[in-house]
Formats: sequence, C-alpha cells, structure tokens
Amino acid sequence: MSSQQEQLPKDAAAAEGKVNVQINGKWYRFPKGTRIADACNSVGIHVPCFCYHPKLSVAGSCRMCLVEQGMPPRLAPGATPTYNDDGYQTIQWMPRAVVACANTVAENMGIRTDGTVCREARRAVLEFLLTNHPLDCPICDQAGECKLQEYTADYGQPSHRFTEAKIKKGKNISIGPRVNLDQERCVLCRRCVRFMKEIVGEEILGVVGRGGHNAIACFPGKTLDSNYSMNVVDICPVGAMTSKDFRFKMRVWFLKSTPTIDTNCGTGTNIFIWSREQQIYRITPRQNDAVNSCWMPDNHRLNYKYINSEKRILTPLVKTDVGAPQRPGAWEPTLRAVSEQLRRCNPKQTAIIVSARLTNEELYLAGNLAQLLGISQLDIVPRSGEPDGMLICADRNPNTTGAKLILDKDGRTLDDIRLGIKNGKIRHLIVIGEDVTAEAAIPESHLSKLDYLLVIDHSETATTRAADVVLPGVTFAEKYGTMVNITGRLQRLNKAIEPLGASRADWDILRSLLQGSGGDMSLLTARAQSPMEILDEIAAQFPAFKGVSWAAVGNSGIPITETGETIPLIEREQTKQ
Amino acid sequence: MAYIPVKRPKFSILDRIYVVELVRGLGITLKHLVLSLLGKSRSKKDFNGAGIGACMPFPEQRWDDHLPSYYRGAPALVRGEDGRERCVSCQLCEFICPARAIRVVPGSVAPGSSCSKQEKAPAEFEIDMLRCIYCGMCQEVCPEQAIFLSQQYLITPTDRKQAVRNKEQLYRLGGIRKGLIHKWNQFK
Amino acid sequence: MENLLKWCTDVLSNPTWFYLLTTIAKLVVVFAVILAFVVLSVWIERRVAGWIQDRPGPNRAGLPLFLLQRFGSKEEQPLKNLLRFLGCPPDGVIARLCRWLRFDREIPTFGLVQPCLDGGKLFLKQEITPSYVRKFYFILAPMLVLGPPLVSAAVIPFASWVQTPFGEINMCIANLNIGPLWIFAVSGLSVYGLTLAGWSSNSKYPFLGGLRATAQLISYEVAMGLSVIPLLMVFGTLNLQEIVHSQAESGWTLLPLWGQGLSLQRWLLCIPMFISFIMFATCIFAEANRTPFDMAECETDLVGGYHTEYSSMKFASFFMGEYAAMVIGSALVVTLFLGGWSIGFGADAALASCSEWLAVACQFVTFLIKLLAFIFFFVWVRWTLPRFRWDQVMKLCWLVFVELAVLNIVLTAVIIYFIH
Repeated sequence: MSSQQEQLPKDAAAAEGKVNVQINGKWYRFPKGTRIADACNSVGIHVPCFCYHPKLSVAGSCRMCLVEQGMPPRLAPGATPTYNDDGYQTIQWMPRAVVACANTVAENMGIRTDGTVCREARRAVLEFLLTNHPLDCPICDQAGECKLQEYTADYGQPSHRFTEAKIKKGKNISIGPRVNLDQERCVLCRRCVRFMKEIVGEEILGVVGRGGHNAIACFPGKTLDSNYSMNVVDICPVGAMTSKDFRFKMRVWFLKSTPTIDTNCGTGTNIFIWSREQQIYRITPRQNDAVNSCWMPDNHRLNYKYINSEKRILTPLVKTDVGAPQRPGAWEPTLRAVSEQLRRCNPKQTAIIVSARLTNEELYLAGNLAQLLGISQLDIVPRSGEPDGMLICADRNPNTTGAKLILDKDGRTLDDIRLGIKNGKIRHLIVIGEDVTAEAAIPESHLSKLDYLLVIDHSETATTRAADVVLPGVTFAEKYGTMVNITGRLQRLNKAIEPLGASRADWDILRSLLQGSGGDMSLLTARAQSPMEILDEIAAQFPAFKGVSWAAVGNSGIPITETGETIPLIEREQTKQ
Repeated sequence: MAYIPVKRPKFSILDRIYVVELVRGLGITLKHLVLSLLGKSRSKKDFNGAGIGACMPFPEQRWDDHLPSYYRGAPALVRGEDGRERCVSCQLCEFICPARAIRVVPGSVAPGSSCSKQEKAPAEFEIDMLRCIYCGMCQEVCPEQAIFLSQQYLITPTDRKQAVRNKEQLYRLGGIRKGLIHKWNQFK
Repeated sequence: MENLLKWCTDVLSNPTWFYLLTTIAKLVVVFAVILAFVVLSVWIERRVAGWIQDRPGPNRAGLPLFLLQRFGSKEEQPLKNLLRFLGCPPDGVIARLCRWLRFDREIPTFGLVQPCLDGGKLFLKQEITPSYVRKFYFILAPMLVLGPPLVSAAVIPFASWVQTPFGEINMCIANLNIGPLWIFAVSGLSVYGLTLAGWSSNSKYPFLGGLRATAQLISYEVAMGLSVIPLLMVFGTLNLQEIVHSQAESGWTLLPLWGQGLSLQRWLLCIPMFISFIMFATCIFAEANRTPFDMAECETDLVGGYHTEYSSMKFASFFMGEYAAMVIGSALVVTLFLGGWSIGFGADAALASCSEWLAVACQFVTFLIKLLAFIFFFVWVRWTLPRFRWDQVMKLCWLVFVELAVLNIVLTAVIIYFIH
C-alpha cells in the first residue's frame, strides 16, 4: 500500500483531535486525554477498577486496573519513523503493567488486557486484597453487587495461600446516623474519603494505621452525618460501608430495579427503586449528568416508607350519610355515584385543588375534568423549603413546571379558594393528591362545612378523614407518567410495583371520572388507555411538549423548556471540567 | 449423525403366533398373584413387608427403623454444638429453591450475645411443605451447613397453614449438629 | 286378603299383564346384577392388579365405627359392649380375634366399599365443562357410552325357563331370534359415544383418541362378526337361549364332556371352535377398549384420550360404561362358548325334573360364577400384557383376524360336511 501518499492514520486522527490506540489487537480512535480505563470500557473491553470513579479524582491506589501497555520505539537522533502497511508504527511492549485509571491514551499506544502479564497482575492483586478479607459474604449486604466478589470470580484464584492469622479490625462500627463501617471488608480504595472531601466538601473520613492495619475511620470528634452520607454506601465497591436502613433487609439478587425519578423536590433526581413482590426495600441514585450526577440526598432516599405503610388507603371509602363513618365500597358503584354527584354540582360553587406532585398526564386530565364540568376555580398547592445548595431545591413540588405548562397555574389563586371555603361560597371541593389541611392551610373545621368533598389520595390524612368519598390513588412508585423538573427537563416515572390493594393509578381514576361524567368525547382523553397515549395528546396540544413521546423522553429525560433555574451541584461539576 | 445399529432378537414362529408367550405371561402373573396371597412374595424380607404382597402395611408398621442412611426427608435447620443458630439468613436457599418453598426474613443478632460476630440470623424462616420437593438443593447451596434434609417423611398437615413450618419447628426438627465451625468464633 | 289374591291371579292370567310384569321383574334383576357387577369388577380389577404386582390393593376402606359417635351414639367402642352383651371375656380368643380383624375400629369390607366411595367422590366432585366444547354433544357422549352395554344385556339368557300356572317365564329379558346380531348392533352404537366425546371436546388429545376409537371399534366389529359365524353354523340358530340349551344338553362349546359331546365328531369341531373362541375373546377385549387395546385413552401418548376434558359424573359415566361393556362382553363369551347358565354334566335336566325353580336359581348362580371367572380373566390379561402399538392393533385385525375368521368358516363347513 502506498501509505506515504495517502494521509497516515495518526494525521487523520489528529485532525479530529483524537489519537489511535490499539486495544487487544484492534485499532480504535479516542479523544486526546481519555483515560485508558474509560477508553477500554467504551469499546466493551472491561477493565476492573476499585478506586477509580469517573466523578472523583484519580487515586490509583487499588492497582486492580493494571493493563499491559506499549508505545512506538523511541527513535535515534536523525532517524525517521517507519510505518507498516496499515500506517502504524510497531509497538514495543513494556515489561511491567501500568494502571489504566491514572494514565491517558497517546498516539500509537498499544494496550493488552488479555495477556499473561495482565492476568497475573490482576490475580496477584486480588490475592493481596483477600489476605485480610473476612470472607463473610453470607452476612454482607453488598453480596451480589460486590466488585470484590465479581472480580474474584472473573480474575481471581479459587484458593488462597496465606496460612497466617488474619488481621482483626473493627466490624459493624456506626460511623454516622445512617452508615455502618466494616473495616475488615475494606479494600482501601478511598472512594468514600474522596467523595466527602471533593463532593460534599467536608473532611470527615480518612485512612488511619499503617501497613496491614490500614483502615478507614472518622476524624476524631466527627461523625458521618452529612445529608449526602449514604452516597458512600453506593460508591463503596465492597461491603465496608453499608446502609443502616437497608441492613439485613433483603439480598440484592431478589430485588428488581426500576429506573424512575425522585418526587421529593423539583430537582427530579434520577433513581432506581429496588423492589420485591410489592415491597420497596431501598432507593439508590441513578446517574444522570444533567440532573444529579451520581448522587442523591439521604432524606429523599429514605422517604419511601410511606409507600408500604399501614396508612395506605386500599379501597374506595364512602360516607353514606352526614356524620356517618366512612365505609369501604366497590369501585364501579362508587365511581358511578361520584360522577353523578359531580354532574349535579353547581360549577360556580365548586373548586378543584390539585397537587403539583401529580404527573403531567394527571394534571391534564384534571384540567379536562374541570373544563367538562365548567369549573373555573382550580389551582395547585405551592410547597417550598430551604435549598441546600447541592441537589435539593427550594421548590418541594416535583412538577410545578409541568402544572404551569399544562394548567397555567402556580398556586396564586389558592387564597381565593381558601377564602371561598371559609365564607361558604364554595360548597363542593375536589382534592387530588393533597392534604389541604397542611400546606394549603384549610382547617378541618372549614372542610366539614362543605356539602361535598371528594378526595383522591394514597394515604390517610386529615383531608381524607373529612371526605365524603375517598378514591384510593397511588404513590409515585406505582404509576407511569412524566414530570417536568425545575430546569425544564421532562422526565419519566416508571411503575416499580403494581398498585397496592384495590387502589388505582390517579390517571386511571380521573379517566374513569371523565368517562362517567359524559360530555363531548372528542374533547376528552377518555379514550386514551395509558399515560403514554395521554402524553401523545398533550404533545399535540401544548407547544412546549411538541414532538414529545414516551419513547423520546427515555430514562434520562429531555429538556423541553427554559426556566432559568439551575442545579448547583451540576453547575460545580461542569465548571470543574 | 452416528448410526447405532440395534440388534433385534429373532423371533421363532412360536413366538410370533404370540399365543404361547401370552400363556406363559399369564402364568407368571398368576404365580405372583398366588404368592402374594400366600404372603410369600419375593423380596418381602427386604421391604420388611407383613401383609399381602411385599408391602409394609403403613400406619401399623413404619419405616422409621428401616430407613437407609441416605434417605432425604423434610428439610430442617440445625444448631451448632455451642447452641448457635447456624443459619445466617443469607437467603441462598430461598434463591436456589426450585419450588419456592422457602421464605426467609433476615434479622440481626443482638450485639451482646455470645455469637454477635455472626451479626445476622433469621428473624423468621418458613418452609412450605406443600411446595417442598425434597430436592436437597438448599442443603447443597448452604454456605453455613445450617440446613439439612432430615429423615422425617411423615408430613400430614390438615390445612395449608399447618403445612408451613416456622423457625421454631425447623430447629426442633433439626436439633444439634456435631462438629464446631469456627468461622464466627469471635475469640479465634 | 282373598280378594287381593284373586285380583293378583286375575291380573296374572291376562297374558299381556303377565308378560309385562315378568319382564319388568327380569329387567330390575338384570340391571341390578349388571350394575353390581360393574362395581364388583372395579374392585376385582384393583385387588387383582395389586396381587399381581405384589401389593395388597385397596384393602382399607371399611365402615368406620367412630362415625357412629358423630351421629349421636354415646358408645365409644360398640364392640366392647357387644362382647360384654354376648358374655365373651374381654381378653379371650374371640375378643383378640375381633381386635386382630380390626372390628373395634371398623367393620371390614376388604376394600369392597372402595368403588362405592370412589363413585361418591366422583359424584361430589366439581363438574367442569370447558368453555370451548360443543355442549350438546359433549353431554350426549357419556350417555351414548353407558347406554348400549345396558341395552344389549336384554338378550343374554341368565337361566333356563320355568312353567307357571299362568304361562312360561323365559329367563331372558327378550328372547330374540337374532341375539348376537342385536348385541353387535347395539354395542356398535357406543362408538358414537367415544367419537362424539373426542370431537366435541375440541381439544387435540381427545380428538386423536376419538379417531382411534372409531377406527378400532369399526375394524374389530368386522372381525368379531366373522369369528362367531362358525359357532352359529354349528348350532344352526341365532337365539341365545336355544344355543345355551343345546350346550346344556350336548356339552359346552369348548368342553363337550357329556351328551353328544363324547363323540369324536364333536371333538373334531372343537378345533374351529377354539380358534373362534380366541378371536372372539380378543375382539371383545378390543370392543371393550381394554388394555392391551385401550388405544383410545392411552395416557402415555394421549393424556387421557377421549375423556381428557371430562370430570365428575360425566367421567364416571365413561368409566362405568367401559366396565359395563366388559361385563356384557364376558356374559356373551360365557353364553356362546362356556355354556352360559348350564351347570353341565346333565345336572340341568336332573335339577329341572326335581324343581324348575330350584334349577333356575342354581343356573343363575352358575352363570354369575362363570361371569366372575371370565371378568377375572379380563383383569388378569390386562395386568399381564403391555399395550400394543396402534399399527399392531390394526394389523392384527385386518391382516390376521379377518383372514383367519374366513378360513375358520371354511374349515367348519368342511368338518360339518364330513360329519353329516
């Protein structure tokens, strides 16, 4: 081949700002400055790492990612490089392995992960890591998702040669209100130390002791009580850091992970819900570099207990007479009675309070219901708190942006409704997904003055206790839908478990009410069989949602509008890069 | 494809008429009938039979003393010689159980107890004997040698709830297993 | 009282009434006997199967005495009280024997009540009619299986006849001159039951079973009809009562040991008769759908064959129909080849000269004993032979039996020609 006349591969790559790298005998192109580990992983060649985490600084301490590396020969003065038929220089392999996490790729570099050098290096590193490991996998919560287990199975040896007694270290140490430490299981990757220092900005954890007695510990007088402390459990590659909440609850191989989003604040942190048989066991963050990077706050992570709590309403409740207790009812007759009642209500005396915790689809159906019944008094309940400057934003409603886009409401007319109830102008009230005695500040005594109070909610609250009819809705883990976060990003909720008991998804209830209330079918979305179809209809009606579909949103979401809001943690991460 | 030639027996004309062989067959079955009525069936001794045929008349006479050592009956949990619950509720048996008969609710060991290094022990351990197929996978997979198939074969629940055995029943059935395991010994 | 007697005499003197009443009486007796034998043959089947396989078989079901307590009896152990009443010492030989026989717990029946209890269980079971079946035929099919064997019993003579002051009573419900033909014709109808069951179930295994049943029953009817012709040539009649009567006088078809039976000609005729017997008996096996010919319901390849989709009493009807067919088939073989009701060795005539009623009673018992023996043979064969392959079944019929039957007819004709 006349490679001299044509452009050499190195020049072609340089024009794109890339370099040519040979991995396991095949040539690839990567951007300059890519880490070897990232480069290998991106082409499907797995490089095992303990200490390397893409969001943290490089430590290079675990030596698990050793690969064999080679470079073109260094030329003698005055010599010109020779190229083979394909336009590459020959690679001279280095006699010892290098770490893949701390080194970057270079032009004409060669990497081998399948050779004897590499295999031997990995085996030896694992043997050293396991010398003092307690091998208590049967009682370790990390078992099943433990890197040490996986790598030992893939690259390790079946038996170990150390006959000496193992070094004893601390086990089951409480280092914070939510995290337990087991020093024997630790592989000293220092991910937790770096996380606390670099992401949270508090120096709490460090390495103490020497040699084999090296261990992770809190600095004297400090505890791991940050609101982001449980992220160290996620990033810990072994079972050294474990969650107190999840401790001994369930083995991870029984759990099904559902990608969805957190609904505790407007950020819409991407999460996995881990469930087994209608029971939710834990929530972990899911990487989304536009929303939450790899992290999530502890209080949001632990706020799932209400889903399987005793307080859940599992059947429709109906108050048959004034002052009578609520009795459980069947769905169909209750829905018929409710629809009939709604048609009889005077729309001037009726108001709807919807929650900004509902999905876009449910807000849209609620808007349609109001339109069908001729009700003009409709608003959301605003909810705000202190932002923490990281992931928690001031707006504690997950879908305020969506309510603004779809219903054009932001809670400003709530005062009118409250006043109307107080002075008796509003006789009928429909509440969807809210406890109006809390943030909306409508006292129970005012609620009891109403002629008719219909509540759709998942758990028992002061509002449901005062209601004439309660239709059991579901929590965010039991339904599909979309929400728009504070930055204007449309994200998907996925169903992790089926609706508990006889409860039904809120969109399903609203659709049944729309169907039961009759009216012009062409106006209604009563025909839609799923939130996905309702989303299609929203996409056809609202300019902001133009071209949006369930598949297009995907698990990582798409930005659909500009709000001017940003997420501080993401801002910091981007400026760092 | 490998062809394996099968040698078929050659039948004589007498065999092919079938009637003679039929009569011989009837003779064999009649012999069995008569012998079992007389209580002289072959291998009656091996089965420890007492009534007609080679069978052991069950409720009056039981297998208990005659079970072979390898007999595998109902699964049971065992305690160590030191009285420690050997099960650490790792739930591998629950995972491997092909009939999904096992249900484990993990729990923790009280910090002050003698085997607190074990940290974890089952809060509840249930085996549904209506589902159990006695395959022994649980015994094979157990990393702690805590579950064994006992020799119990007489399992007659009178309702579904009774068929589910809880932790206490399983420990009572399993008893104490000889042989110390030092894995969780905190002084070693 | 006298008036009542006179009225009875008047009624019986009327030939029509006499005929009607005697026929109804015979009907009741025959049906009771057949149904009892269906139950009995199930018990025989299970016990004999057990013994052949070195097992006891169902020997447990007795009448448990603790049930008495449930129905209000205050006595805990009726046996104890009974023994005390009879004056037996509580640890004497009789008491020990009774205890060994488990009389203190239950009244033993040697498992005889087992089929009855099974029947009760089937009766109480949930009746499932799948949604996809053709309902009318699905319900019709079990009736078509159970009905024909019962109807065909009409022409089987179960004793000779008696002279009464009001006329002669023939111990055969319908003394037709076309006995065997009636049985072939009517029992041939049961093929509709199997076919309809298979087809109306609307499911593949029953359908295959139904197809097999149709082909098999129709084929073996041909062979059965041909195989019985030599016998009819010898007796020269189609009336079953007359056939049995001549056997009683001159020796059974297969056992001519008295009367004319002692002659060489008669023994010569035994050769075609024996061939005829084997073929006929085999065909009866096939007609009754018994192992080795139960191709229509063979579990190994058809799950349950034509009755896969049936449950509860509908299934029980199939089950009973099969055993009824076996009882009737046995009765026919006994009637044609083993002398029917005849006691043999001239005993019939001797008894009849003594008392006709006594003769009839003895003959009836003899008939039942022969029937039981042949049912035992049926069961014995079932637990000896494995099931044939489908092609073997059809080959046996069309390539062996039909040809052999024709040859047998010729042989008989030749022998009869030379004898006369």
